[in-house]
Amino acid sequence: MTPNQVGLAYLVASVFFILALKGLSSPVTSRRGNLFGMVGMAIAVLTTLTLVKNWALILAAIALGGVIGTVIARRVQMTAMPELVAFMHSLVGLAAVCIAVAAVHNPASFGIVQAAGQPIPTGAKLELFLGSFIGAMTWSGSVIAFLKLSARMSGAPITFPGQHAVNLLMALAMIGCGVWFFLDPQTNWTAFALMLAIAFVLGFLIIIPIGGADMPVVISMLNSYSGWAAAGIGFSLGNTMLIIAGSLVGSSGAILSYIMCKAMNRPFLSVILGGFGSEGGTVAAGDGTQKTHRSGSADDAAFLIGNADSVIIVPGYGLAVARAQHAVKELAHKLKEKGVNIRFAIHPVAGRMPGHMNVLLAEAEIPYDQVLEMDDINSDFPNTDVVLVLGANDVVNPAAKTPGSPIFGMPILEADKARTVIVVKRSMAAGYAGLDNDLFYMDKTMMVFGDAKKVVDDMVKALE
Amino acid sequence: MTVDPTISALTVFVLAVVVGYHVVWNVTPALHTPLMSVTNAISSIIIVGAMLAAGPAETDWGAWLGAAAVALAAINVFGGFLVTQRMLDMFKKKEKKGATQ
Repeated sequence: MTPNQVGLAYLVASVFFILALKGLSSPVTSRRGNLFGMVGMAIAVLTTLTLVKNWALILAAIALGGVIGTVIARRVQMTAMPELVAFMHSLVGLAAVCIAVAAVHNPASFGIVQAAGQPIPTGAKLELFLGSFIGAMTWSGSVIAFLKLSARMSGAPITFPGQHAVNLLMALAMIGCGVWFFLDPQTNWTAFALMLAIAFVLGFLIIIPIGGADMPVVISMLNSYSGWAAAGIGFSLGNTMLIIAGSLVGSSGAILSYIMCKAMNRPFLSVILGGFGSEGGTVAAGDGTQKTHRSGSADDAAFLIGNADSVIIVPGYGLAVARAQHAVKELAHKLKEKGVNIRFAIHPVAGRMPGHMNVLLAEAEIPYDQVLEMDDINSDFPNTDVVLVLGANDVVNPAAKTPGSPIFGMPILEADKARTVIVVKRSMAAGYAGLDNDLFYMDKTMMVFGDAKKVVDDMVKALE
Repeated sequence: MTVDPTISALTVFVLAVVVGYHVVWNVTPALHTPLMSVTNAISSIIIVGAMLAAGPAETDWGAWLGAAAVALAAINVFGGFLVTQRMLDMFKKKEKKGATQ
């Protein structure tokens, strides 16, 4: 194909990528959107095949990656989506680094220079620097996020004295190596390798201080990084399709990070600087008085819920951990049969990634018109007989309304306004914010201790 | 007067960010997880760069590195789109029930 034909094909692919994201504005058009994404990718790959010579190697690599990717996509549990997404971000980062290194090694094959052996222009060096350091940080940051999300590493923030100063010095050193790389008229591998090494360590250091429940922000941020890495490579190669696709992903991740921060009422910077609370930590000192809570059994909960006219279920991370979504579906089905008006209320940061709860409930075949976002359902809590909180904590903590509380101002699901509240939880331990939850001590609240799945199963049995 | 290619690239970049901003705000919150997995698949568009790196007829270490990047990106292309498909199919079942309202 001529360069112009290639450019036009890439333009078509870019439009398909935009349509892919546009399709996600509603579940009805979403599958067509995903199909558009696949078509765009197919156009891009087939067009690029006409530009390269080494078909056997490339097709073998695509086949290898394709088989691995297909198997992973088929087998992954829906509860494990956050770690899968983190894992995939890391691959984008690592691939970006490989490409940048290959481009520094052989700039002629990318059209960066006219003939082999010519020095790389300074502008291209800057672009390669951007693409590779963002890629390297995406890779190591995502690996840490993956380890934390899959519980292979503690979700607790890891902090040490002078952490921010160390990070700042490393960032400066990395930029210094970049400048050294630009200024050297030859290809300075020492500067480039040093810069990459620092970027890898920096990616690692900026994720370790961030606590487990801040993961919705981290994973959105890494999503954004992986897009910017792709855009950076696009600048290096002068390829507008890469720039467009990368920027779409970059802005998508940035918007999701913003939405998540807003839902926690925490400035983005403070999430990123990390060290906030420790997950599953001890109950905060509180006001020192001994408060009493009422606890009951699954049978008691089933009795309450079975006699209600309206029920709202508030799912949280505990539901995902216990893989209770199918049990919850059984419960919802039973209640529906009894004529109970049952709905689900989703807080934006419920779970470990944006939209995590919606996917789990969809997997359990709960109709999505029963699943409502916070703003749509909050006004209904006062008219609701029973709220069942399943493995959620901070998102229903009324302390968010009390000035002076660390979570003051965070939008919450107003479960405390309902007539009766049932909270299913493993223990009285505080949520990740390390705060006591007054909801648990209210007269109308009944605590049911246990694994969410076990409790819900028992409730279903009791309802029969 | 000719415009530096970097300026053209910058123009495309800024416009794409604006388009992305508007398109993504319209995504329904219920589909934020599929949004992440599909954007993941889309960001593996760097497979195009990886193919160019693996492309030269003579296969030196740079080409092998490119091939490794092709394989990594291909995991994402296939994995990302297929897992998105799987998730969206779960939303589909409900849509039929919901459509009767």
